[in-house]
Amino acid sequence: MAMLRLALLSVLSRRVTAGLTLLAIAISVAMLLSVEKVRRDARGAFANTISGTDLVVGARSGAIQLLLYSVFRIGNATNNISWETYQDIGNFPRVLWTVPISLGDSHRGFRVMGTSGAYFEHYRYARTETLQFGSGGPFVDVFDAVLGAEVANRLGYALGDKIIVSHGAGDVSFVDHDDKPFRVAGILRPTGTPVDRTVHVSVEGFTAMHIDWRAGAPMPGLTITADDARGMDLTPKTITAFLVGLDRKIAIFNVQRRINEYSEEPVLAIIPGVALQELWDLMSVAENLLRFVSAMVVATGLLGMLTVILSSLEARRREMAVLRSVGARPLHVFALFMSEAMVFALVGAAAGVILLYVALLVGQPIVAREFGLHLPIALLGPGDWWIIAAVVAAGTAAGAVPAVRAYRLSLADGLSMRI
Amino acid sequence: MIVEIDRVRFAWKTGQRDILDITRLEIAAGERVFIEGPSGSGKSTLFSLLGGVVSPRVGTVRVLQADISQMPAARRDRFRADHIGFVFQMFNLVPYLSMMDNVVLPCRFSHRRFERAQTRSGSPDAEARRLLVRLGLEPAELLGRPVTELSIGQQQRVAIARALIGAPELIMADEPTSALDEGTRKRFLQVLSEQCDEAGVSLLFASHDTRLGALFDRRISLDELNRNGTGMPGQAP
Repeated sequence: MAMLRLALLSVLSRRVTAGLTLLAIAISVAMLLSVEKVRRDARGAFANTISGTDLVVGARSGAIQLLLYSVFRIGNATNNISWETYQDIGNFPRVLWTVPISLGDSHRGFRVMGTSGAYFEHYRYARTETLQFGSGGPFVDVFDAVLGAEVANRLGYALGDKIIVSHGAGDVSFVDHDDKPFRVAGILRPTGTPVDRTVHVSVEGFTAMHIDWRAGAPMPGLTITADDARGMDLTPKTITAFLVGLDRKIAIFNVQRRINEYSEEPVLAIIPGVALQELWDLMSVAENLLRFVSAMVVATGLLGMLTVILSSLEARRREMAVLRSVGARPLHVFALFMSEAMVFALVGAAAGVILLYVALLVGQPIVAREFGLHLPIALLGPGDWWIIAAVVAAGTAAGAVPAVRAYRLSLADGLSMRI
Repeated sequence: MIVEIDRVRFAWKTGQRDILDITRLEIAAGERVFIEGPSGSGKSTLFSLLGGVVSPRVGTVRVLQADISQMPAARRDRFRADHIGFVFQMFNLVPYLSMMDNVVLPCRFSHRRFERAQTRSGSPDAEARRLLVRLGLEPAELLGRPVTELSIGQQQRVAIARALIGAPELIMADEPTSALDEGTRKRFLQVLSEQCDEAGVSLLFASHDTRLGALFDRRISLDELNRNGTGMPGQAP
């Protein structure tokens, strides 16, 4: 205990080198912890995004791709499916409800999704939560829109505002559907899912926007006004994907097989949880690589600490002799250097935790805006404590190297420093 | 006898030439002995031997009637902490500790010296303050300053206070005045003698500076003691 105090004072007395060493350890610990946090929160956010939906159906492609573009609004569909197929599958036995999803347009960087009123009824997130309206309600008119919380918040929209949808899903679009503005009919409460960043319109509205378009471009010479469009048949010809709910979970695999064997059109039905698991399996390589790199950074920080302690050893032989003369045993000298390493590791890890929270405070809005990932500022989890414990243990253990050297030196030197 | 050396031979490494070969050395309690010898004559080695930091190859070293050459290393360390105070040539102080912390350091390693300091002044801190004042250092003035900012003369006096705290029976000073100028040296020797007399402590004082020898009860030439291997009986009282 006495040695721990000496070690602490000794570290404090070498402010500059000790400070830099601590900074290196702190940064490495903060990096390791934030990699873990982002990994955990990303998994949590993905897992919480969709629940209550038994199957997601889209054009035949990869399961992960379908999941990403239909639920997470990441990437784009390669192909659409026909309205007839949607109707057909909706009539399969055991199918309780279906919700269509049409994608491909955007509004000032936010994705626009065509769907039906059933979406607000059946969509579930965070296991059991339903979508709640902060103000207004679902679509009534063809040109009504329901905004996710973040869309309304960031762009400052209120009920009744007119918005213009752009063609294409990019951030910047050169073709606007400015002839058919939408009216904000409802604003959803925050969910922490991609729903917050989505502009919802009805599939009819989605069709109306493109009614005078052919092959992805406005038809020259043909303009149909919004009011004219209202009177026309707005049943879509194609949609991007749809969500399926069953009346009995046990039927999931049967219905999935039936859909995948559907002969009229090549379609793919996926179970969201299974596809998510596939995604994790795919990601785990990258995750492990990232963890490995972070661990190496921690090792580098601890090596820096070793260098600092070892290089101070020669200059401190006199100090060791003084300690020996007042009754310290070689074992005390050993403990002094072990304690010093422990002080470095402990204080470094603590500073790393502080750094993590500072980075979180600063980075949270940026990550939310750029990647749509909400990183909650929460207490450290048990996993984090294990990491910290491992770093402190590794740092203290590394202290054995200079401690053994100091032990030997103090045995050899005795009270006189012989060079 | 506070110190008895009997037919001792010592080498730092086995197989090397013996650095010390002393047939007999006796020092009585309360005696102040000057050990003279040029640097490299083995003064520091002799102190390491008497302090129980190292053990002789052959022979016995008795300090306070205890045969420290037969003690296991851990007991020798405890014995040294309990009964011996040291003052070195320079760099006596632990640079990152305050003046007070430096002085009370032996009380952290020796329970006996902790208790004796407590009995004397109530607490090791109070005893340290008393000693520092006696040595002409005003703790209140110097307390906040890092010990590295003290003058060498002040540092040496702090070292005396540390050697004296908890009233050990023996103080060994190894060239403690070599780094001091003439005036400071005189003052230092005066203060050291006074304090040793007052506490009834035996003093072993090693220096290459033979002029200092006159101030001591007895002087021993390490060269004669060691090279001859016959010892210098001196006039032991």
